[in-house]
Amino acid sequence: MQVLKSELMELRSSEDIVRVRQEVRKCAVALGFGIVDQTKLVTASSELSRNTVDYGGGGTVCIETVQNDRRAGLRLTFEDHGPGIADIEEALKDGYTSGGGMGLGLGGSKRLSHEFEIFSTLGEGTRVSIVRWK
Amino acid sequence: MDKIPILKMGDCLLVTIQVDMHDRLALTLQDDLTTQIVKHRARGVLIDISSLEMVDSFIGRMLGSIASMASLLDAQTVVVGMRPSVAITLVELGLSLEGIRTALDVEKGMTALRVAVSATKKGADAGTKV
Amino acid sequence: MASKLAEILSKKDGEILSKWLQQQSASGRKGSAAEQQVTSRKSQEFLNGLKSALAKGSVDDISGPEWTSVRDLLLELSSSRAKGGYTPTETATFVLSLKKPLFTALREESGTNAEALADAVWQTTELLDKLALLTTETYQRTREELISRQQDELLELSTPVVRLWENVLALPLIGTLDSARTQVVMQNLLDAIVETRSDFAIIDITGVPTVDTLVAQHLLKTVAAARLMGADCLISGIRPQIAQTIIHLGVDLSNVTTKATLADAFAIALRRSGQMVVKSSTEAK
Repeated sequence: MQVLKSELMELRSSEDIVRVRQEVRKCAVALGFGIVDQTKLVTASSELSRNTVDYGGGGTVCIETVQNDRRAGLRLTFEDHGPGIADIEEALKDGYTSGGGMGLGLGGSKRLSHEFEIFSTLGEGTRVSIVRWK
Repeated sequence: MDKIPILKMGDCLLVTIQVDMHDRLALTLQDDLTTQIVKHRARGVLIDISSLEMVDSFIGRMLGSIASMASLLDAQTVVVGMRPSVAITLVELGLSLEGIRTALDVEKGMTALRVAVSATKKGADAGTKV
Repeated sequence: MASKLAEILSKKDGEILSKWLQQQSASGRKGSAAEQQVTSRKSQEFLNGLKSALAKGSVDDISGPEWTSVRDLLLELSSSRAKGGYTPTETATFVLSLKKPLFTALREESGTNAEALADAVWQTTELLDKLALLTTETYQRTREELISRQQDELLELSTPVVRLWENVLALPLIGTLDSARTQVVMQNLLDAIVETRSDFAIIDITGVPTVDTLVAQHLLKTVAAARLMGADCLISGIRPQIAQTIIHLGVDLSNVTTKATLADAFAIALRRSGQMVVKSSTEAK
């Protein structure tokens, strides 16, 4: 896939989470996504942003406009240098939470996206990447 | 810092969430509502989310917390105006918002609140059967 | 080389055109008299365009501005053939059948210079192949746009939301449901609920021949979404076979009110909204 546009944003505070949501909405609208797709993207970004801020000790999100041979899409990559996730499979299950959350962040974001990738190393950090195609 | 306004309508409180809330604002709202319910001895809380373009698990949690706290204070809660795109996304996300009463708009929400409040009143009046 | 080809085209214009037209009807589609007239006109236009493009531009790169009129002509031709029910072969043949007459002319002009002939033939074939591929791509694209548009229209026609009563909507689904269609249907229903401020929606699947896991899940999601919004969603028209399929699939419909007929579901909706149908003493005899 080709990357047509790329933008990096900080994720350190809850205000940043709001900023990221708004930027994702803007990009989704610009790409011509329908209202449901937009909402799914923004919601997934909110969940993952919160994970980065609350559990990852802060990090970044990279918002990219991508293109594969047939269609355009939006890719969001969340990265932190936090404690990492010990058991990814467990973390993907709904209801799992190490904090006071509802434990829907990872599994939910996966369901809201067309593609979902997660890499995590204990003690080093986590990277989650999602794509939604038009 | 901006606050979300809480309006008094009879013995009910009406909250309209119009901004993209950040976490602190949400927590402030919860505190404010609790205070106001006690202050005005409110029997019902109506939360209008028709302006919300997105509800994530955090906001979902907040709504659930408000409903639970209100219930402890003998007030019923109704959430109104959820947009179709938000509803579809919530279902996909897996958020059930179980136990939270919902209605299409403010008018229907008020009707639902009346019904809910009188039901609890009956229950309270009935007391325990010996 | 480009200019040589342009030269030949000027010199033997008429001959090449008639041989080409013959070749087209031999290897492609003959068509009606009207179609033949159009083809003949287009062929002449193409040759003219080819002549001037070769005179000014390069023979290797057809994306330049000198080739615009040739490309546009091919785009228009392929597009109308795609819409007109021609096959991909019949469309590409327009360009490809020009090869034989051109090669014949080149051979006549090259005399005994075998090397020059070989070069000329190679460059000509490369050029015509590129142009032929252009027609094929345009053909494909046009067909896909056509199909996509028809699908949209079909979607529009087959998902009407009916207002049964003041507070009650009905969505009679007809035909097979696929994932894409069901999502559109879901959205339409939910939007209609908001627009009409209906507390009840009945999804009737009498007209749906089969229900698979995906469709069942979509139905359940629609019901869940409607509930979140504050409306009640019922499913009616569940035929015995469908009921069996649903049980076999292990889909849990315990939280949804289901009825065999739309009428039954309607009665429930009325009851739940505190209304009922009463026989009027004044009308019936």
